[in-house]
Amino acid sequence: MANVTVEEVAIASGGMNRRDFLAAAGAGLFVFFQAEPVEAQEPSRLPARQNGPSDFNAYLKIGPDGRVTCLAGKVELGQGAMTELAMALAEELDVPLDRIDVVLGDTDLCPYDMGTFGSMCTPLLWPAVRRAGAEARAVLLAMAAERLHVPADRLQTNAGTIRETGNPSNAVTYAQLVEGKRIERHLPNVPVKAGALQVIGTSPRRKDAMDKVTGKARYAGDIVFPGLLHAAILRPPAHGAKLKSADTSAAETTGGARVVKDGEMIAVLHDQYDQAIAARDRIKSDWEMPGPGPDDQNIFEHIRKTAPQLRVVGQSGDLAEGERLAGGAIDLTYLNSYVAHAPIETHTATARFDDGKVTVWASSQAPFQVKSAVASALGLAPDRVRIISRYVGGGFGGKSAAAQAVEAARLAKLTGKPVQVLYSREEEFFFDSFRPAAVIRIRAGVAGGKIVLWDSEVIGAGEREAAPFYDIPHQRTTSAGGWQGGNPPGMHPFSVGPWRAPSVNSTTFARESHIDVLAAKAGIDPLEFRLNNLTHARIRRVLQSAAEQFGWRPARRQRSGATGRGFGMACGIYANSCNATMAEVAVARGKGTVQVKRVVMALDVGQVAYPDGMRQQAEGSVMMGMGAALSEEVRFRNGEVLTRNFDSYSLPRFSWLPRIQIVLVDNRESPALGGGEPPIIAMGAALANAVFDATGARLLQLPMTPERVKAALARV
Amino acid sequence: MERTVSFTLNGDHVEVTTDDERSLLWVLRCDLDLTGVHYGCGEGLCGACTVLVGNEAVRSCVTPLKSVADKHVLTIEGLGRDGLHPVQQAFLNHHAFQCGYCTSGMILNACALLGKNPHPTREQIAHHMEDNLCRCGAHPRILDAVQEAASAAKAGV
Repeated sequence: MANVTVEEVAIASGGMNRRDFLAAAGAGLFVFFQAEPVEAQEPSRLPARQNGPSDFNAYLKIGPDGRVTCLAGKVELGQGAMTELAMALAEELDVPLDRIDVVLGDTDLCPYDMGTFGSMCTPLLWPAVRRAGAEARAVLLAMAAERLHVPADRLQTNAGTIRETGNPSNAVTYAQLVEGKRIERHLPNVPVKAGALQVIGTSPRRKDAMDKVTGKARYAGDIVFPGLLHAAILRPPAHGAKLKSADTSAAETTGGARVVKDGEMIAVLHDQYDQAIAARDRIKSDWEMPGPGPDDQNIFEHIRKTAPQLRVVGQSGDLAEGERLAGGAIDLTYLNSYVAHAPIETHTATARFDDGKVTVWASSQAPFQVKSAVASALGLAPDRVRIISRYVGGGFGGKSAAAQAVEAARLAKLTGKPVQVLYSREEEFFFDSFRPAAVIRIRAGVAGGKIVLWDSEVIGAGEREAAPFYDIPHQRTTSAGGWQGGNPPGMHPFSVGPWRAPSVNSTTFARESHIDVLAAKAGIDPLEFRLNNLTHARIRRVLQSAAEQFGWRPARRQRSGATGRGFGMACGIYANSCNATMAEVAVARGKGTVQVKRVVMALDVGQVAYPDGMRQQAEGSVMMGMGAALSEEVRFRNGEVLTRNFDSYSLPRFSWLPRIQIVLVDNRESPALGGGEPPIIAMGAALANAVFDATGARLLQLPMTPERVKAALARV
Repeated sequence: MERTVSFTLNGDHVEVTTDDERSLLWVLRCDLDLTGVHYGCGEGLCGACTVLVGNEAVRSCVTPLKSVADKHVLTIEGLGRDGLHPVQQAFLNHHAFQCGYCTSGMILNACALLGKNPHPTREQIAHHMEDNLCRCGAHPRILDAVQEAASAAKAGV
């Protein structure tokens, strides 16, 4: 097998546990560190983060060859974590970036991490890695001072070497200091570098670039062993369907196939994936289908009926007084459908037992959670389970759970062979934890250009950032149900979960659409209207930055002709990052299609740690945001997921690509904040508002499919 | 039907004895251990499994093995064996990927285009790449990269 990586060497040498690995790698210098507790990060704004463990220990290793290894429990989903973390160490340790290796998502080698989601890598782990690098460098300087007989303050570090100032021949490398020693030393409160930074804030080549352009990046399905069996598992035709009987005889007589039954699981194993699938499809199964359930047409009424009691999540002033001041209210309800994560890599896992210990290579955003799930399902002690999620082919929130890892581990145990489970695209759509459908009602009113009333009900989306950040004297936000679980049984006909900026991608659509409605009613330009009602300095700044780049001018609707051109804007906050997005669209009236011509996005993500990485996230969010806004919608009926492949679920393509301009407000007054999710939040409303500007038609439901656009045009 | 199919794979002669109706994708991945070619949809809808057969980009998931008999098949593993191919280099330069899962297919599809049309316009590139899906949204960079590779070819790089 080509390209064996360090973790596979460790595994191949016989089920090494973490302590063994540390002993084997004992020539390294380990610096343990701890991140600030998660609870310190505005708990009221980030409810999801209070529940998870806050212990973010991590460590780094300096090898005898002078190479530095950064070990972190995050995974590389494409968001650039590998590069950003390496940059933090390069900066603080004074080691060239190309001498830093990064091992991510390996539960034996890496410190615990709750998962790669919530845009937490940059604000939480990244500074902790910086502090670790700073502490390591200080320890190395102290060691060099002893070795070179020079006070530490007369020493300088450069490219992994420590030299006496003014006497550069008196020098020692990190490798020389560490070689043959096992050192654990703590130095408290070592500050990270301030002032002119050499690496942070630059845009070096991604650490994963060479692996990815050469096909050497190995995802969970690319881990292959001699004797590997591919599993195809019998799946229900609908959520809630119960197996009555299954005749597996035809599958059993398929050459090379083996049928395994374990509890409710019926799997066909074969050393060729396609043959496993073909044999599984020969199983004759009879299912008791679930009773009638909601479909994608009546789901919003269903959600309204089945939602739990609304809870107040934000309130101030007196709604009646607000309504009196406004002389009435504009009352509209905004809808968004279920959308899929649809990573191109489906959920995949490869499991192998060695001496009673299972290793599972899993496409997962949360390898430590998968570890617990596998240990629990197989009745194994946690130290008998190792999960490796090195390269993951996209996640977007959809790879937090990893049932396929448990399936692969169970089958590996049952067969005594390495087993791979790779979801077909149909299985991927069927088992996805969709972004929940949402119903968001807002009643609001304006007096003298000021919003004086805001009363909103957020059903289904979740409450994160649901309360408006505008200055509104009389307001209330209520919420019921969400993506985090705890929904009444049957409210959603399948599982729902976090989808890039959960809650906020839905609530921003509703809020910013409604702001646009209020501005239009008041006859005020949408930018001016927002600025009139905002004292939030960072939001004001991104709005002004975007407007400048966009060349925003007071609305001038071009509603004549077959193609309407329009401009729209929206802004929002997620994980403390601020986003203002402005878009230009062309709407073909006859066809109802919306072509996005240009998107300007201004982002304040605090200090920008890795500008090119941030731009990639923003560009990707423009594309993904267009999908959720214009085409993506899961079809279903009575528990059956009718969306089965990309012919019935339309992802954004090259022809959709608008001109994209990203403005990064380098806010040095703020620490580095998360950037993977915040860029997507304002796309829906910016496009809906642009469609209104182009046509006068107000789209209250995402996605804005041609049928809905035509229907809205007919109402104008 | 079980047969021995011989073809040239990344410059080497190979023979595979198997059901020749099986798809090239799974023969490459399961029988020949070439894992740089990826499954995405199984129905020729996403392009993650794109390989070159002769000068054509094909969806290996819907290409029966028998159809490549006596032909030249190139996968990402065979591209740029003596240093990076200009398209790979351009993808590297532009960071024309995020998760990287679709990247092999993107690169090989771009190679097919440049083989036929060494100097495509941006619109021609977008049109040719249209049915290769990328969920991360690396589209602007992929277009930039293919344009740069075309320019490099023009300059004789």
